[in-house]
Amino acid sequence: MSDYALYFLAIGALVFSYYKDRTKTMKALKVSYRSIMKLMPAILPMMFFIGISLSVLSEELISQLLGAGSGIVGMLIAFVVGALAFMPSFVAFPLGANLLEHGAGYPQIAAFVSSLMGVGIASLGVEIKYFGKRAAFLRNTVAVFASVCFAMIIWRVM
Amino acid sequence: MKHLIAFIKTYKWLLVLMAGMGLLGLYSPSMGTSAFNLTLVNIQSMLKILPPIFILIGLLDAWVPRETMIRHMGHDSGIKGILIAFVLGSFAAGPLYAAFPVAAILLKKGARLSYVLFFLGVWSTSKLPMVLFEVTSFGLTFTLIHIISNLTVFLIGAVLIESALGEKGSHEVLESINQLS
Repeated sequence: MSDYALYFLAIGALVFSYYKDRTKTMKALKVSYRSIMKLMPAILPMMFFIGISLSVLSEELISQLLGAGSGIVGMLIAFVVGALAFMPSFVAFPLGANLLEHGAGYPQIAAFVSSLMGVGIASLGVEIKYFGKRAAFLRNTVAVFASVCFAMIIWRVM
Repeated sequence: MKHLIAFIKTYKWLLVLMAGMGLLGLYSPSMGTSAFNLTLVNIQSMLKILPPIFILIGLLDAWVPRETMIRHMGHDSGIKGILIAFVLGSFAAGPLYAAFPVAAILLKKGARLSYVLFFLGVWSTSKLPMVLFEVTSFGLTFTLIHIISNLTVFLIGAVLIESALGEKGSHEVLESINQLS
């Protein structure tokens, strides 16, 4: 149900807009269509990249990688896996919780979760297409730094 | 022939990754199959998110005047702009790639670059539904440290990126966005 919440919102807004101003709404739809089509050459390869990376970096492999490595090396592995992998939080969080139960450390999970959410190798192509190479590169660098800070604090605290 | 070359040029990365998937399938048929299925699942979830987001973006483009955006999120909007970026990012749903087109329309309408970068940081850190889920998965301390440390870094980082890019760099970002819409 919540899967389609965005559709309800968009269609509701569309109907309201159409009621208010027909030509404006048709123009808006044209803009939507044009921009989504322009994005396709970047979005479709991303889909394939995610498919490939998820089949190689399966949940079992991620568990092994994050469970085995400890200390700094474990954290580095967790960063890299998090940056390369692409999974929604509702898959990643239970996976992380499960790993904690089986002996993985909090810093490694912190590094994994936050680089997974903020650093996107898979979506880099789309990001570059929007904001250009420099801005995209800088944003991802900041995201890497954010996950390092987070993992370091967790290392000291938990 | 001309069309074919244009098509190959536009979709070269798609073709490269399709070939990569083919090679993976030759190396390990089971991995290749799962990669293919996972790609289909991903396209499915992309279709649940992107079309409505683009409809909303189109409507925003048509209805929200530039002056309004500049007043609320523009260069001199101050703390209000940061707060709006925070609220927009928190109530969002979906993966980070869904945030890029939203960020793009904000920029196009005159929002300040550092605020939009902060919005992307909030989106990747503290989407409200995910925060609750994170607390139940990893505990309150973990989640609080995550949110506070990441948002601090993203806020400072956003300001630093803006000044690193400078006037010229920010202009290039806008040009790149304008080519997409």
